Amino acid sequence: MKQHSQHLIPGLAILIFSLAAPFLFPNYVFQFALLWLMITFALTWDTLGGQMGYNSLGNIVFFGVGMYTSALVQIGLYYDIGEYTAAYGAILVQYDMEQYFTGLIIGLIAAGLVAVVFALAFGTIVFGLRGPYFAIGTLGVALAAGELVGAWDWVGAGSGISMPVYPGDPDDRALLYYFLLLALGVSTFLFLMWLYSTRFGLAINAIRDDEEKAEAMGIHTKRHKTVAWSVSAFFLGISGAIFGNMAGFIEPLEVAFPTITFGIFMVVMCLLGGKGTLWGPVLGATLFHVVKEVTWTHLLGWQWVVLGLLIIINVVFFQQGIIGWAQDKWPERFGIIVEDDDALLAAQDTAEALPDKGVG
Amino acid sequence: MIDNINLLILAPYLNVQLLLDGLLIGAIFVLAAYGLALVWGVMNVKNLAQGDFVIMGGYIAWQVGTWGVNPLFGLPLAIVFMFAFGWAIYYLVIRYVIERDLFTSLLATFGMGLVISQSINLLFGPEVQIADSGLSIRSIYIFGGEVTVSEIKLLSFLMASSLAAVVILFMKNSRMGQAIRATAQDARAAKVMGIDTERVYAFTFALNAAICGAAGVLIAMIWNIQPFYGMTHSIRSFVIVTAAGFGNIPGVIMAGLGLGAAEQFSGFVFGAELQQATVVGLLVAVLVWRQIQSSRNRQAVI
Repeated sequence: MKQHSQHLIPGLAILIFSLAAPFLFPNYVFQFALLWLMITFALTWDTLGGQMGYNSLGNIVFFGVGMYTSALVQIGLYYDIGEYTAAYGAILVQYDMEQYFTGLIIGLIAAGLVAVVFALAFGTIVFGLRGPYFAIGTLGVALAAGELVGAWDWVGAGSGISMPVYPGDPDDRALLYYFLLLALGVSTFLFLMWLYSTRFGLAINAIRDDEEKAEAMGIHTKRHKTVAWSVSAFFLGISGAIFGNMAGFIEPLEVAFPTITFGIFMVVMCLLGGKGTLWGPVLGATLFHVVKEVTWTHLLGWQWVVLGLLIIINVVFFQQGIIGWAQDKWPERFGIIVEDDDALLAAQDTAEALPDKGVG
Repeated sequence: MIDNINLLILAPYLNVQLLLDGLLIGAIFVLAAYGLALVWGVMNVKNLAQGDFVIMGGYIAWQVGTWGVNPLFGLPLAIVFMFAFGWAIYYLVIRYVIERDLFTSLLATFGMGLVISQSINLLFGPEVQIADSGLSIRSIYIFGGEVTVSEIKLLSFLMASSLAAVVILFMKNSRMGQAIRATAQDARAAKVMGIDTERVYAFTFALNAAICGAAGVLIAMIWNIQPFYGMTHSIRSFVIVTAAGFGNIPGVIMAGLGLGAAEQFSGFVFGAELQQATVVGLLVAVLVWRQIQSSRNRQAVI
């Protein structure tokens, strides 16, 4: 397909680099793994926020749901969960290779599926809400989820759960989780690239542009919204499961439902790169992660203040993001045809009216 | 949990105590929620930093307390300081988001809340603080000592009520209040009639910050403050305003007092660690309820 060919060269270059990266820079495997997690975050947020115009502040809830689901599956397969969490890791847990991988694979699948089920339930609550109410409602659900898990003794409450320990070499473990996150990030990207090129992609763009008109044209808006939300939840759920295992220890407020860290990062990364585009989230996530990791430790506690300022500046003064800005500047490069000055002005007008448009 | 409910049935005065505590705290929630309703109604900005303004006011009172002055004197200081702060924030940020889509103001103010709470955390430390007015140990006993109300709670209730009354009278009668209401109705028409809407917006936002600051001083004296409690206060204001609808002052008052009481009861029945969950749970419940209500009229909640 023609519109996919322009993604081929940068995509391949990134893929080759990513496959080689853990061997070229063995000290930074964890950072690269986090980078792919961030890319997955940004891509899944963009499905709703950018392509469908529903700005959620609570997507992180699927991350946490997936993380806890996989933890419970992995432990529950071989141990009694209540006993395990009540003992705070005092029970000696020994997994052999086969048990560990069986648990991990079933855990990852379960995480994705449970997150989807959760998205369907959650969708019936929040999808009647529009605009700011949607954002506040999703924020409320995410905060509530963290608080409720934190009060639930069976899953370890506020003291969390120690994940099963990888039975092999720690270096292999780091590589395993790096490649799992890489595979997840790449499959998310490819799946969304395909999804946005179908009628479904056009339908959710129509919902973004004018929901009433889309509905009047015969698009079943509620069904489309729920499916898009479930796609996003599926990938986020799996990412949560992988991250939970990679971190080795999970607890509700800081690791599983970190609404004001990861939950906000995903929004900021999308806005930085340019929401409503395929490459925007990838670019935004990469830039954000690199800058964050390079500067974070030098700011001595002021990093959160800087993050807040970054959000304000990004949202208020640079909302179209890097890709959006580039599209305005060089529309020809993005396959947007410019005929003459009048058409250019008209294109700029529509660009302002609809701040986001898909690449190609 | 069942034990706690039994206790409430066995000791009826406990209900009165919880209700009274709830109403006295709820009066302060009303102040912050009224500020939010004002900004939302006049300039269509949904301020997620509302709670952080409250906490700022609280830390002003606490700071005054550390100088050896009664934190009650922090009230005028907080009002003046927060008014100026609100004015500055308006010109730095809010001015650019008024005309934009709804998510912009939400996210920008969220970022602002992050900056404020983290700065407070770095300047004052993450401990939970109380501004001691010296009145919290002196109590009034009702029903033969079964129900106690500390003097500071009564005093703060009176102050909150009089502040609310002053603000409402100001909005009804003063020149600026009329200009604000005119701008809320139709900004363009107000501009044509010679009202400097830019100034009206700045004043409204500054007024909101001042109201929040005052609420924060009272919160710091009768309850407690911590740099990261702002988010919960913001959500409280949203619960109240969403339940009542803006421009509905009696509704905001009822919802605020109701929320205060509901929190006290749920805190007692489910335990204090679920108090924040109660607030966000109520938010979700209110939003769902609004949705059911509006689906009867076949309208989207916008």
